[in-house]
Amino acid sequence: MRTIHVSAITDAVKKLCMDANYELEPDVLRAFDRALATERSPAGKQVLEILKANAELAKTKKIPYCQDTGFVVCFVELGQDVHVEGGLLIDAINEGIRAGYTEGYLRASIVRSPFDRVNTGDNTPGVIHAELIPGGTLRIQIMAKGGGCENRSKFKMLTPAEGVEGVKAWVLECIRTAGPDACPPLIAGVGVGGTFEKAALLSKKALFRELGSPNPDPAADALEKELLERANRLGIGPQGYGGDTTALGIHVLTYPCHITSLPVAVTIECHAHRHKEAVL
Amino acid sequence: MIQTAADGIKEVSPPLSDADVEALAAGDRVRITGTLYTARDAAHARLQPLVDAGRPLPIDVRGQIIYYTGPSPARPGHVVGSVGPTTGGRMDKFTPSLLALGLKGTIGKGARSPLVKDALARHKAVYFGAIGGAGAVLSGFVKKLEVVAYEDLGTEAIRRLEVAGFPVIVINDCRGGDLYQDGMKQYSREQS
Repeated sequence: MRTIHVSAITDAVKKLCMDANYELEPDVLRAFDRALATERSPAGKQVLEILKANAELAKTKKIPYCQDTGFVVCFVELGQDVHVEGGLLIDAINEGIRAGYTEGYLRASIVRSPFDRVNTGDNTPGVIHAELIPGGTLRIQIMAKGGGCENRSKFKMLTPAEGVEGVKAWVLECIRTAGPDACPPLIAGVGVGGTFEKAALLSKKALFRELGSPNPDPAADALEKELLERANRLGIGPQGYGGDTTALGIHVLTYPCHITSLPVAVTIECHAHRHKEAVL
Repeated sequence: MIQTAADGIKEVSPPLSDADVEALAAGDRVRITGTLYTARDAAHARLQPLVDAGRPLPIDVRGQIIYYTGPSPARPGHVVGSVGPTTGGRMDKFTPSLLALGLKGTIGKGARSPLVKDALARHKAVYFGAIGGAGAVLSGFVKKLEVVAYEDLGTEAIRRLEVAGFPVIVINDCRGGDLYQDGMKQYSREQS
């Protein structure tokens, strides 16, 4: 049995929230460079160059990369041999978000109720998904998820007869309809299988894989490559000004599903793909 | 007022006249110097009942430009934090009646509805795009910031910004021109 005090969790989450908003991960920066090598549109190239400059400025001046500093989506993997002491895991995470956003000059973007829409003032609560795993470690992955792109995320219950071709058509339809609204170049997380909520969860989790890395499942990898190629033929381009770089990556996660169903969820993520992780 | 600079970029300073708006075409690169007002979802929701009742607004929109943004807090000694555009389409419901009052421009990112595009033509106004997600770079063009209404809305309050050379591009002009549609047509490689 290993003991982790809640204060260590709060400190880790605070740092993840701040770092995520000031420093884009290297996988996103490498994706910008890959796109610059192939983009034909002068306006598109210029947007990509400005995004690189924006990332550099955000990092050096500690100004958030985007003013929408996001809804904190947190995936926690808690080893079964870990005992969290000093309070509740969920409270510790929210306390870390509160500290990170208030001390880090990050925007408070969360309202306490979807109906009365009063801002909570400290960007809490986060959306927290916890999972038990073997072992004695606690892994915390966070994403500062932008609202504009999240608004373009979609779900569809396909029939088994629609098959993989139906999945492809739906993913491309989601990217086409997101268009310039979701701050392209975008990343699509695709969850296929499971139930309604499982597919949605997978579509978020899929976004944490390193951009440009192969999918360990060969069938999913082939699907991703085909979808990325086709997405970048749509012509939407950086910021929707027209071009070859509409998507930086398409990440697929699958789960077994019912003989009746083919659920497909697509989370749309913008180029401000702010993700970080810590292992305690 | 509009002038074309030596580098071909159009220099725009509000207030804008009908003739200024007519001189702008979809795809034009523009630098704005002068005043912008910020307003997004919550501020628009408060302005709309005033517009409907014919009552005065906290800002005089005639000839002005509204920037759809909710900035992040400024660090001590800074004018503003990150200050990029939010999705313009969410304001579609409110925009035509503000254009009818004389608002000449809006700045956001993402597509506008056919109703808004019609209203741009009818009232001689323009929709500019700023680069979404480039809020750190854009903060450097803001020289002054003042909350002018609805301070309780926090980031969604109406602010007056003084900007110098703020970079935007014309997405929708007053003649039906649409950069998003033109750009996609030019670069699409889909088999039809």
